[in-house]
Amino acid sequence: MRSPAIKTEIATEPGASHSFRLQGDWTLRALAPRLATLRAELGGAPTDARWLLDDVARLDSFGATLLWHAWGQRWPAAISVADELRQIIARVADSAVEPLPAAPPFTAVDAIIVLGRAMLSFRDHALDFIRLMGQLCLDVAYLLQHPRDWPLKEISANVYKVGLKATPVAALVGFLIGIVLSYLSALQLRAFGADIYIVNILGLGIVRELGPVLVSVLVAGRSGSAMTAQLGVMRVTEELDALSAMGISRTLRLVLPKVIALTLAMPLLVLWTSGVALLGGMVSAWMQLDLGMAFFIDRLPQVVPVSNLYIGFAKGAVFGLLIALVASHFGLRVRPNTESLSANTTASVVSSITIVILVDAVFAIATRSIGVPR
Amino acid sequence: MNGRPVIDMRGIVTRFGANVVHDGIDLSVTRGEVVALVGGSGTGKTTLLRHIIGLTRPAAGDVSIFGAPLFSGSINEQRTRRRRFGVLFQHGALFSALNVAENIGFPLRELRIASKDEIHNLVALKLAMVELEPATALLMPAELSGGMIKRVALARALALEPELLLLDEPTAGLDPDRSAAFVELVRSLQNQLGLTVVLVTHDVDTLAALATKIAVLADRRIVSYASLEETMEVDHPFIDRFFRGPHGRRALARSGGDH
Repeated sequence: MRSPAIKTEIATEPGASHSFRLQGDWTLRALAPRLATLRAELGGAPTDARWLLDDVARLDSFGATLLWHAWGQRWPAAISVADELRQIIARVADSAVEPLPAAPPFTAVDAIIVLGRAMLSFRDHALDFIRLMGQLCLDVAYLLQHPRDWPLKEISANVYKVGLKATPVAALVGFLIGIVLSYLSALQLRAFGADIYIVNILGLGIVRELGPVLVSVLVAGRSGSAMTAQLGVMRVTEELDALSAMGISRTLRLVLPKVIALTLAMPLLVLWTSGVALLGGMVSAWMQLDLGMAFFIDRLPQVVPVSNLYIGFAKGAVFGLLIALVASHFGLRVRPNTESLSANTTASVVSSITIVILVDAVFAIATRSIGVPR
Repeated sequence: MNGRPVIDMRGIVTRFGANVVHDGIDLSVTRGEVVALVGGSGTGKTTLLRHIIGLTRPAAGDVSIFGAPLFSGSINEQRTRRRRFGVLFQHGALFSALNVAENIGFPLRELRIASKDEIHNLVALKLAMVELEPATALLMPAELSGGMIKRVALARALALEPELLLLDEPTAGLDPDRSAAFVELVRSLQNQLGLTVVLVTHDVDTLAALATKIAVLADRRIVSYASLEETMEVDHPFIDRFFRGPHGRRALARSGGDH
């Protein structure tokens, strides 16, 4: 490899112009290290310069492009070049004539179109979601008539995946939240001498509200995203199409097991997480307020009516159902490219958390007269 | 420099668990050659190609390209070495989030040495080289047909003006007509740019039309490394089946005029 160089020969006789003699390899690899200097030298050439390319050992399309653009995209008036190299430059010149079509610029009309598309896509989502739920209802009706077709293995595998495997992280988060909540409340309650109400606050707060919502957020991030990604990748690898080709319903075999499994597993996860969170709260109350654990456990059923536990279970089941439905909905909408996969996974997690919190508010209003001691 | 082999593999041993795929393979490719790796499925053709690219490393043995071990030198030297070859993956491996023009321009943009106009010009040139319309520039990979994906991937592999081109199953998944056109394209580019080419294939048509030398992988080693005519003379059950089977014979008869 010979380093590329430019030798400038100043004209001696009047009327003649500068000549630029190019030497060495004009290839991408040879040019790259000294590109800035060469560019400057090429740029400084006067328009009537003579170009001598006879000493160029090798020229590739990058070198040719560099020269062509330095010449202002036209052949210099005076040039001496071998036919072979002239061909290479001519090819570059030909492709420069017809520029690549540029993406049209973004105008006000486009903005309106984007807005309209967003509205229509919201309608699309709603329709698709309803269609998915309808299909699942039909699947369940079919399964009730054909009990042998229940996808029991898939359901059990999903319960293990979304339920049992989530217990360690749910326990860790629950325990820490319990400690924090108890610690903060204890500081306030002590100021009023109302230490004993820590049991009421923790019991009601965790069992009725915090447990289900906390688990939902965790499961949406953990299992919801996994479900969307799994269905999405199955679309990319055409596995969904393969299932359809075999006449196997994708909703029955892929979506329904996930929905049933999460609906079953979530109440159990809620129970587990609430229990561990209460344990954390208990430990903190014991250390902070000297409230004995036995006393805490003894007092809990007296101040927290058992209906709160049922509300927690119901919330868990409904949230689980929603998360699985939303995750599957977005998973089935993935188009076969990476951008769509990432967009849909994000949308899946964000939507399911938002929906869970919305539905939680509905629950709060609907159950406002149940299980709250006055 | 011309005398030194572009690729030099010595004593390559590859194991997947207890399964030995390569057991002491030597392969040397000199400048300007078109070498086809053939062999039955599971004989490690693609794995050998991945060793050359540096995506996998053999359990034993050395891979040198352009006269230096693949993993020698500073990170910069290794990167520069990698930019001297272009790879066409079996399924194209186009970046699905970028359109065709961005895909082809991507390696150039990463180098940060070309201006926007020059990149545009070069992308247009590469598109013309692989015989695609300029209008395809704005399409996304998902909108392309199988043959177009291969062409765009080839254009991307050529973006950095490589001296060595590695092709993994260049004609797999193309109908015979397009496959012949693609082979013709690779051959004309190879002539035009003076490329060294290594390709993995199990298509007799492709290798009869392209290869100057054929490396036959069987029994965990290279059982023959010679031109097509000489390979035909070798007595080995795989070569027998592959070249002298009914399909192989037909393909060779078709391409007989070219040789």
